[in-house]
Amino acid sequence: MTQNMDMSTKIPLARPEIDQEPTDMEGIGVVERPLGFADRLMGNDAFRRALFLIFLAVAWESYARYVHNPLLFPSFLDTITTFWTDMANGTLIQRTYTSIQVLLLGYGIGLVAAGVFTTLAVSTKIGTDILTTLTAMFNPLPAIAMLPLALLWFGLGVSSMAFVIVHSVLWAVSLNVLTGFRSVPETLRMSGRNYGLTGMRYVTKILMPAAFPSILAGLKIGWAFAWRTLIAAELVFGVSSRAGGLGWYIFEARAELYTSKVFAGLLAVIIIGLVVESVIFKFIENRTVQRWGMQR
Amino acid sequence: MTSPETRPDLDLGTPLLDVNGVTLRYKTPEHLVTATYRVSFEVYEAERFVILGPSGCGKSTMLKAIGGFLPPVEGEIRIRDKLVRGPGPDRMMVFQEFEQLMPWKTVLQNVTFPMNVTGRFNRKEARERALSALDKVNLSKFSDIYPHMLSGGMKMRVAIARAMAMEPEVLLMDEPFAALDALTRRKMQEELLGLWEQLKFTVLFVTHSIEEAVIVGSRILVLSPHPGRVRAELNSGIDLDTPSRDALSERIHKLLFEEAVEPEPEVEVT
Repeated sequence: MTQNMDMSTKIPLARPEIDQEPTDMEGIGVVERPLGFADRLMGNDAFRRALFLIFLAVAWESYARYVHNPLLFPSFLDTITTFWTDMANGTLIQRTYTSIQVLLLGYGIGLVAAGVFTTLAVSTKIGTDILTTLTAMFNPLPAIAMLPLALLWFGLGVSSMAFVIVHSVLWAVSLNVLTGFRSVPETLRMSGRNYGLTGMRYVTKILMPAAFPSILAGLKIGWAFAWRTLIAAELVFGVSSRAGGLGWYIFEARAELYTSKVFAGLLAVIIIGLVVESVIFKFIENRTVQRWGMQR
Repeated sequence: MTSPETRPDLDLGTPLLDVNGVTLRYKTPEHLVTATYRVSFEVYEAERFVILGPSGCGKSTMLKAIGGFLPPVEGEIRIRDKLVRGPGPDRMMVFQEFEQLMPWKTVLQNVTFPMNVTGRFNRKEARERALSALDKVNLSKFSDIYPHMLSGGMKMRVAIARAMAMEPEVLLMDEPFAALDALTRRKMQEELLGLWEQLKFTVLFVTHSIEEAVIVGSRILVLSPHPGRVRAELNSGIDLDTPSRDALSERIHKLLFEEAVEPEPEVEVT
């Protein structure tokens, strides 16, 4: 009650109005000036990432020196030296080339299959249900678990590798693309159909670009899955064709207790991953979803 | 009490759009909803026909049906005596949501897109028409910008330009200004009327705001609440003076709320 009475006495005071010229600007210094070199450098993504990588390398080197056990944990410099030697004599390049060939084959088939599946699935409700069930069944199934089957069906060779890679790529990408298609705003769909777009034209001209952030995420995840599966498969059954791949390179090095070579092999996988992510996917991202304001 | 705009040169005999005894139903996950029941009306060329009603009277559903997205369970919808069987670019839709623009296309590409995919105009023609449409809505300067950089009102202008450039038989607008702030909405209403003065297109405009209906419409169809049935069809017009406008608003308000238990203080029906 007392509070209420207090409230009733609170009325706005009659204060004088203000009408003045804006403060004189002479003392302000600058209104707008270009950022300094340091500010711009720190604003650069690539620079900040490089800085982080250098920090990692230094941490690695110091820890390795502290442990001082090259058999278990070779230092950064040892690894780099081995990496460089094997790059120079062509071993690593040859192995990487072999791996990437199989990888691209599997990845490519997986993407095309995912594209076909999702396009078929999105046009009908039943199709969506079927694909959702299939991805729910097969996505959690590790590709490596399919390896014995692949060996039975295709024997030792590129086809088996491609098969397991397709398996690992297909379901993950399908899931992402289908999710993307289904989250396209209803208004945008209606706009597209308003112009009489149906079937393939509707999918390629409306759904695909509208779902592009999800599709791009799917491509990235698919790429990572493909790599993992490939290296794992090579580690399990070694040589896939005439020459072994990166996984085989790592496997061999382990057998010879050549730990810095194991690290060099892993480093090669990481570097390829970094380059693909920060060059290829980054390029696509800048040209599409970022320019369109669909992603920050 | 209201004077219809005079159009001596128009043949009122054949309606452009004929909606005859249309009942619409749609399914939600739990219910089968009857949105409108045996609604009939006719829209003639160059009319600014407003469908007005409270939320849930099926006015947007009716517009979707005319757009060809929802087949009627009873009755029929004809455009120039041709039965509506599906969506088509002869009925360009403008929606309330800003997502109707394609974010992966620039403003200009958004406007040319329907002209290109329908093949009604060749590329050069489409571009010229798009530029002139953008000029009419004062967006020439922004033609190479992506939609995410535009304000809400500008996005709506692009959507209108896109629809107008197609020269549809009828322009279908589903509460196009509802998501805009009051000042912008007012401006857009005036711009729409300005465009109409220039081009004399036929527009079917859905709104829940009595004020907007009276400003924008030349003829107003008042639907009763759930399920929507025709309550009245009234004349309005640009040339109405303020007192007759107020009287018309008052009359519509009575039509909509005479049965209501408590009268709403707001003119706008939400």
